[in-house]
Amino acid sequence: MVEDGYNFAYLDEQTKRMIRRAILKAVAIPGYQVPFGSREMPLPFGWGTGGIQVTASIIGPDDTLKVIDQGADDTVNAVSIRKFFARTAGVETTERTEAATIVQTRHRIPETPLGAGQILVYQVPIPEPLRWLEPRETETRKMHALQEYGPMHVRLYEDIAHFGHIATSYDYPVRVNGRYLMRPSPIPKFDNPKMDRSPALQLFGAGREKRIYAIPPHTEVRSLDFDDHPFEVQKWADVCAFCGSGDSFLDEIVTDDRGGRMFVCSDTDYCSRRREAGCTGPAMQAAGPGEA
Amino acid sequence: MQPDAVPPLLSARGVTKFYDGILGCRDVSFEIWPGEVLGVVGESGSGKTTLLHCISARLEPTAGTVEYMTRHDGPADIYRISEPARRLLMRTDWGFVHQNPREGLRMGVSAGANIGERLMAVGARHYGNIRHAATDWLDKVEMDTGRMDDLPITFSGGMQQRLQIARNLVTAPRIVFMDEPTGGLDVSVQARLLDLLRGLVSDLGLAAVIVTHDLAVARLLSHRLLVMRRGEVVESGLTDQVLDDPQHPYSQLLVSSVIHP
Amino acid sequence: MTAAIEIRDLAKSFTLHNQGGIRLSVLDGFDLEVHEGECVALHGPSGIGKSTVLRCIYANYRTDRGRILVRHRDGSVDMASAHPREVLAVRGETIGYVSQFLRVVPRVAAEDVVAEPLRSRGANREGAAKAARGMLQCLNIPAALHRLAPATFSGGEQQRVNLARVFVADYPVLLLDEPTASLDRENREVAVGLIRAAVGRGAAVVGIFHDSQVRDAVANRTVQLSAMREAA
Repeated sequence: MVEDGYNFAYLDEQTKRMIRRAILKAVAIPGYQVPFGSREMPLPFGWGTGGIQVTASIIGPDDTLKVIDQGADDTVNAVSIRKFFARTAGVETTERTEAATIVQTRHRIPETPLGAGQILVYQVPIPEPLRWLEPRETETRKMHALQEYGPMHVRLYEDIAHFGHIATSYDYPVRVNGRYLMRPSPIPKFDNPKMDRSPALQLFGAGREKRIYAIPPHTEVRSLDFDDHPFEVQKWADVCAFCGSGDSFLDEIVTDDRGGRMFVCSDTDYCSRRREAGCTGPAMQAAGPGEA
Repeated sequence: MQPDAVPPLLSARGVTKFYDGILGCRDVSFEIWPGEVLGVVGESGSGKTTLLHCISARLEPTAGTVEYMTRHDGPADIYRISEPARRLLMRTDWGFVHQNPREGLRMGVSAGANIGERLMAVGARHYGNIRHAATDWLDKVEMDTGRMDDLPITFSGGMQQRLQIARNLVTAPRIVFMDEPTGGLDVSVQARLLDLLRGLVSDLGLAAVIVTHDLAVARLLSHRLLVMRRGEVVESGLTDQVLDDPQHPYSQLLVSSVIHP
Repeated sequence: MTAAIEIRDLAKSFTLHNQGGIRLSVLDGFDLEVHEGECVALHGPSGIGKSTVLRCIYANYRTDRGRILVRHRDGSVDMASAHPREVLAVRGETIGYVSQFLRVVPRVAAEDVVAEPLRSRGANREGAAKAARGMLQCLNIPAALHRLAPATFSGGEQQRVNLARVFVADYPVLLLDEPTASLDRENREVAVGLIRAAVGRGAAVVGIFHDSQVRDAVANRTVQLSAMREAA
């Protein structure tokens, strides 16, 4: 049920139309940052206002929303945003990736592959990938217009020079559709390959910076690299302590003050689904039968 | 000998720049041939740097043209060609050495990355090759290749200036614009840098325009000189001719004002 | 043109703008012809314009009037009106000029200073360096000094470096401004030998030699410069 006194999904209809136009333009020009009139939201910039405005503009009464923060459905930010839309749009919410029509995310792409018809909405803190090279907006726009992206490799060069490999591990720059250089928001580079030719629509909203960009379904997304230092994703020596997964993104958790630690899936939905299906990890096996 | 058999690399014609009605430089014309070093001398405020910026596509003149002989498409007015073409020229065929190395270097990345940047900008994507080129250039500007991964901030002023030069020359430009390249350095460092510049210019067959207020620097580096005063060129000619037999009252004053240690 | 150097009606004056615009006329209607294999000594009292003649030939000074034709490659170049690039080409290939003072980049080794004329003609580094060392040795500059910068040398040593740098390359035209002024007897004789050898291979030489012994030893002909008319 939509709570009284709010317009559907909080934003007024004019604002939603304005944002939809920005989204349409962003979809038409994959990777291009479209400016939009970002509104004041009932939470501070930096808490996902860009993603919320994008979600508010595309969500309908029949949609099912999932919100994750660092892969988890049960963190404060994720719970708050989910509740926000439950109250202002009265939509169904879910923790199941495949059940959602819209997934709003901060810092992760779900492990469960997204399918056609699903929309992934990213919360973006800093949209401009060239910002560290060039502080002037006029100049970065020109660099995008002229595809002057070579100097972007300077950062990767520095990584290799200092660490022997490309040490950049999140917000790893990509080239979209062979054209625009794009910042994928601070997702781990582990997730970069999931963006490539995804059947889902991917929308990016930066509230403070007032930019929206998009990757339409089935669009090529390439991570920058060198010929002799090709792009690679993170690998772990461990598996998930709970579900035993060896191919998902793992968070390291310190368990005591004596150096004890374990690795668990960052995607809570993925992990619990695996456990429901009977998979167990080392921590569960150690705890013995009868537990969980 | 036919002086016109080879076309000039760069021709400035009637280059004039006003800043909101204030004169920067007026009606400056000259030509530079491949391998030639042109010195521009004059006191502070004489319009030297304005002229340098006008001819290096950094500051569009109020009037006049600057024509550059491109590698493939013949002479081109640098302010009439497309912006992408101009920007490509600026980071491949041309170099610009600032008086203050901080303006010409990326201070937040290593010496090697500073040198490699222009290569990456034109499409180099092989780390090993880029690194090799960076080593090679550090060596050419007589820097310790073992310090390739150090930040420019850790280098002395003279070394930063060498790094800036290497960063510019790595794409084998045909002309380099230098604004007081040895300014701010102490004399012994300056002398070695001059020697290096002279060697590089002659070994690589580079053309260069060097703005300096130091007549000794002009004498050692340049083949020809322009003497500027209040935005205008008052005298030009062979460097030793201008310095040993100055004709204009201002050139004579300039030459006679030099203090010999 | 048969002469290696042909000067016709040369006039040169200096206007000192910062000293009340005084005009000093140094040369007016000066003529000179120098042929291959000839060494001409300019003679006259100090300040008469001997050095000015050499500097005009080298285009170090501009001229007020007249022609200075120098045989260069297959033709001739008028140094009084040539384009700066032509002047540089003539200086690089045809005219060697020994000035009274050595002017070089500080900190450059003597050997490299001497090798430069060869290097600028396209000689390889090793070949040029070897020739340079040979020439320095010939002028009694000890090998220990070859890698040092001449700025630290004595006046006589600097002058010998200056000589070496010109005689290392076989210039068809040589302009020598008191080349032996600060040399001791032994080195003066070496210099005389070099000049005679150059004349012997066909070089056209114009020189100023204060030392009458040297002049007698090298010059085929002496041209007396006399005072010009009073300043106009």
